[in-house]
Amino acid sequence: MDTDLSSQDRKDLDKFIKFFALKTVQVIVQARLGEKICTRSSSSPTGSDWFNLAIKDIPEVTHEAKKALAGQLPAVGRSMCVEISLKTSEGDSMELELWCLEMNEKCDKEIKVSYTVYNRLSLLLKSLLAITRVTPAYRLSRKQGHEYVILYRIYFGEVQLSGLGEGFQTVRVGTVGTPVGTITLSCAYRINLAFMSTRQFERTPPIMGIIIDHFVDRPYPSSSPMHPCNYRAGEDNGAVYPSVEDSQEVCTSSFSTSPPSQCVFTVTKAHFQTPPPVVTDTLKVPMMGLAFSHQPAALGVGSADMGYPVLFAGGLHAAHPHQLIGPGKEGGVPPVPSQPAHGTQADQERMCTPLDGVHYSAATPSSSEDTETVSNSSEGKCGSPHDLLETIFVRKVGAFVNKPINQVTMANLDIPFAMFAPKNVELEDNDPMVNPPDSPETESPLQGSLHSEGSSGSSTGNTHDDFVMIDFKPAFSKDDILPMDLGTFYREFQNPPQLSSLSIDIGAQSMAEDLDSLPEKLAVHEKNVKEFDAFVETLQ
Amino acid sequence: MVHFPPPRRQMVGPGRTRCCGPPGAAPAMNCRAEVLEVSVEGRQVEEAMLAVLHTVLLHRSTGKFHYKKEGTYSIGTVGTQDVDCDFIDFAYVRVSSEELDRALRKAVGEFKDALRGSGSDGMGQISLEFYQKKKSRWPFSDECIPWELWTIKVNVVNLANEQERQICREKVGEKLCEKIINIVEVMNRHEYLPKMPTQSEVDNVFDTSLKDVQPYLYKISYQITDSLGTSVTTTMRRLIKDTLAL
Repeated sequence: MDTDLSSQDRKDLDKFIKFFALKTVQVIVQARLGEKICTRSSSSPTGSDWFNLAIKDIPEVTHEAKKALAGQLPAVGRSMCVEISLKTSEGDSMELELWCLEMNEKCDKEIKVSYTVYNRLSLLLKSLLAITRVTPAYRLSRKQGHEYVILYRIYFGEVQLSGLGEGFQTVRVGTVGTPVGTITLSCAYRINLAFMSTRQFERTPPIMGIIIDHFVDRPYPSSSPMHPCNYRAGEDNGAVYPSVEDSQEVCTSSFSTSPPSQCVFTVTKAHFQTPPPVVTDTLKVPMMGLAFSHQPAALGVGSADMGYPVLFAGGLHAAHPHQLIGPGKEGGVPPVPSQPAHGTQADQERMCTPLDGVHYSAATPSSSEDTETVSNSSEGKCGSPHDLLETIFVRKVGAFVNKPINQVTMANLDIPFAMFAPKNVELEDNDPMVNPPDSPETESPLQGSLHSEGSSGSSTGNTHDDFVMIDFKPAFSKDDILPMDLGTFYREFQNPPQLSSLSIDIGAQSMAEDLDSLPEKLAVHEKNVKEFDAFVETLQ
Repeated sequence: MVHFPPPRRQMVGPGRTRCCGPPGAAPAMNCRAEVLEVSVEGRQVEEAMLAVLHTVLLHRSTGKFHYKKEGTYSIGTVGTQDVDCDFIDFAYVRVSSEELDRALRKAVGEFKDALRGSGSDGMGQISLEFYQKKKSRWPFSDECIPWELWTIKVNVVNLANEQERQICREKVGEKLCEKIINIVEVMNRHEYLPKMPTQSEVDNVFDTSLKDVQPYLYKISYQITDSLGTSVTTTMRRLIKDTLAL
């Protein structure tokens, strides 16, 4: 029996292992994006779905994986590892899981490469799909967004388990024997969730892509200096990945005679131009005009290279609260003035939370639709490929930088309901308001909830002359990150239009019309007298 | 281009049982049998069963085979989707096939109704059996030879208040995570699987009635245990087209 691997088999085996490694990374990263994944079954083979499984390829992830592998394959002592970690908005980070694709020396010479090995690799990928939903990090990743984000890192070489804390658990996904060794896929996950101190990001290699969602606006893709890791995806944004060149290698062993088609989806620039919704807790935040300075390092990003000031759609500077209540305001602002000072503190801390999220944007009402789907990471729509992009931290100057407003130079910020902004603070008009996912107009401080409804019929435009509500903390509402709560609801529906029937003019007109039409109506009724009588009879 | 070589015909190893045999028949000698046990609240039964059954079927389904000349064949693509449970803090992956989902939901629905029915103490079990058909000559009916049997024993608990329910949500979620890991472990052993069939034999190994995926031939049955611990109701449901006994 010929136990040496034929060269064709060897080539096939190497190809299988390579694509298996790439698909493994895709499955793991996609499982930590925080969204439900959905791919379609197809009865007719396309020739491009490796291992007969519909696993989409996110180009950035493939790119990272290939870079880590650098042309090598997992071998003894050289494992491919995908590290999943969590980073909070305060900058604390913690390694959650380590997925390892290893090779050991135990060979199975008898096994058929193109047949059994391939099918077993396919089965192993299915097992991986199942197991990735079962570790604790899955639930964490589904809830990511405001307070923390999930990051991934791919490296090749020795497995480093030290970051997982004590008592980490291991789950084995599966093994596949091949003539050159046994492939093992396993996951070690952290049990002890107490936070580590802020990591040293100088340790190589730094954290790579950020798995959060896709709605990040990158208005300056070319001009942004890239942080080597976090913003890596940025420079690749919109580029068609060299994964295309792999299309030639795609799945020729899927037993299909049709030419291999490209199953890789490419990210086009278009996807990145959707202004991403901002998912933050904005109930208190925007009103406050948070002026605390957000140190980039506090985000834990570490590198001093981060040239991005933080974007926030913020509105008003708490540092100058008087501007809110300033000229043009009549009368004092009732309890409000005390709020800014005290609210600022609270909001300063709170501000940390959304800032680290992915969702920065120039808030525009048009994005409100997108916000719906973003905010609820548990809303599983079948993820179309472009939804699954990892994105980058886009940081732009925002109102939460502790500098005078006139340094805000965002070109494409605009505030919804700008007309409601106090006209005296013109520069503040340039600060976009934060948009909570489903309440596009957060400008309600300027809608003057204290404004009496009695000023009927008047357009809401002149409300800003009166009281300006700085902060709105509805009693018993959840002081939390949920996009919709009482405060949001209140703000949204604060100024409904006048009921037409209450308007005297309209009322007067209809009255005249009514009077005119009375004779006709009477004539008609008289004709039908008999019917009416019969009807009355039935009632008795 | 790599093709599968034409599969060889093989005698099937495991012992045999009649296709329409008595429901409680012991599985054949070489049939792999796995038992999982869960304790759930009434409204969690459906989701818990679906999670386990779908996970097993995910591993036991392939894409549709398309046979070509020279005995080679190509395989379609299996898509997957995430499913969130409403009553359990749990999510699982299932094959993207509405037909398969419907079939499983129907079986699980019947099981759930039977569990709720009288005479039951809330204990029962649902079984998923994978089998191969072996055609016999007339007048004998085809034989069904099981090669893998998954049994899920269910114990329905009643909870008194909302707090207990919340704890139950989490606990059952954790338990199901363990079950999934168990299932994957069994799948990973790469034990007996039917050989890939030729075109003429494909219906003896796979269920080819679905239009987008091709699971191995399977049948789902369930038993409800009454408070005495004996089996009161046994129902066999065939969810695939089957040749019936004469």
